[in-house]
Amino acid sequence: MSTIVEFKHVSKRYRMTKALDDITFTIPKGKVVGLIGSNGSGKSTILKLMSGLVRPTKGKVVINGIVPDRLINRQVAYLSEADVLYDFYKVKEMVDFFSGIYADFDSEKAEEMLEFMKLDHNKPIKHLSKGQRGRLKLVLALSRQVPLILLDEPLSGLDPMVRESIIKGLISFIDLEKQTVIMTTHEVEEVEPLLDQVIAVMDGKLLAFEDVDTIRRKENKSIVDWLKSYT
Amino acid sequence: MGNDYESSRPIYLQLVDKMSFRMIRGDLKPGDKLPSVRDMAVDSGVNPNTIQRVYAELERMDIAEVKRGQGTFVTQDEEKLLQLREELKQRQIQSFMKEMNDMGFTLDEIINGIKLEFDNEKGRD
Repeated sequence: MSTIVEFKHVSKRYRMTKALDDITFTIPKGKVVGLIGSNGSGKSTILKLMSGLVRPTKGKVVINGIVPDRLINRQVAYLSEADVLYDFYKVKEMVDFFSGIYADFDSEKAEEMLEFMKLDHNKPIKHLSKGQRGRLKLVLALSRQVPLILLDEPLSGLDPMVRESIIKGLISFIDLEKQTVIMTTHEVEEVEPLLDQVIAVMDGKLLAFEDVDTIRRKENKSIVDWLKSYT
Repeated sequence: MGNDYESSRPIYLQLVDKMSFRMIRGDLKPGDKLPSVRDMAVDSGVNPNTIQRVYAELERMDIAEVKRGQGTFVTQDEEKLLQLREELKQRQIQSFMKEMNDMGFTLDEIINGIKLEFDNEKGRD
């Protein structure tokens, strides 16, 4: 099977607020996909639907052939924008904790990534800088051997050096023969060279879903300029 | 990192050009092994899928070959590289000549302009 994510006419309401309105798309396996749109456009809701954290009000979400429920986290690694690190642990303890809860956690890969990201095993999490926290979160997400990796704003609020190390880490450690990465981001320009496809959302609606190469070839535009033509 | 590429062309084509320039300039010699897809991706700051496409395109152009289990290599066929060198030269000259003609420059003006620019560049080095 070559599809990893399928949204069929998906709508989502939170009480009276419409977060997503009749969204349909299909994401093939082995791609890096950028999910872009302004704040409140529905990006995070889309990621939460994929990770089984919320359910659609209408329509259907299918992840790797199944409808996500609580067990979907065996197939999906989700790096949320919120902080998931425990301050009372040291770096290595946090990694061990993850390897304890997820059977698919690859401790060797985590070890390699900690080194690549220059993270000190024995440093207490409460003493990590924001950039170090961002890198540790990426280590935790990418060390899981799951078919789908969701990254919610992995670069936001980080300085350029840290953003670059996160991008390099991502390129070095993703396994696109077995994994698909979907990430939301504001830093479109910076991640554009990483993306195979772009999904643009606005006000809960799907604005466009396109191959990055197609945008460049047919429209002679970067993603940023291409998006401007819609707004 | 994102600013290393022109925005109006697919990144993989820009990388194909970059690699073929290195081959015809002789930085990469016939039979040389190209970096692994992963290393090349990290160096160029792009997705490994993009590098796969670059290598596939170089292979389609007959200037690189994939050896199973060993990696991708610059072709041993020097004739192919010479041919590519000639093609790229012609391509560049044709597009340059078209624009100069459209602006109404004579051949003498063009040649003099090129010589002057060449001397200036030498002076700068």
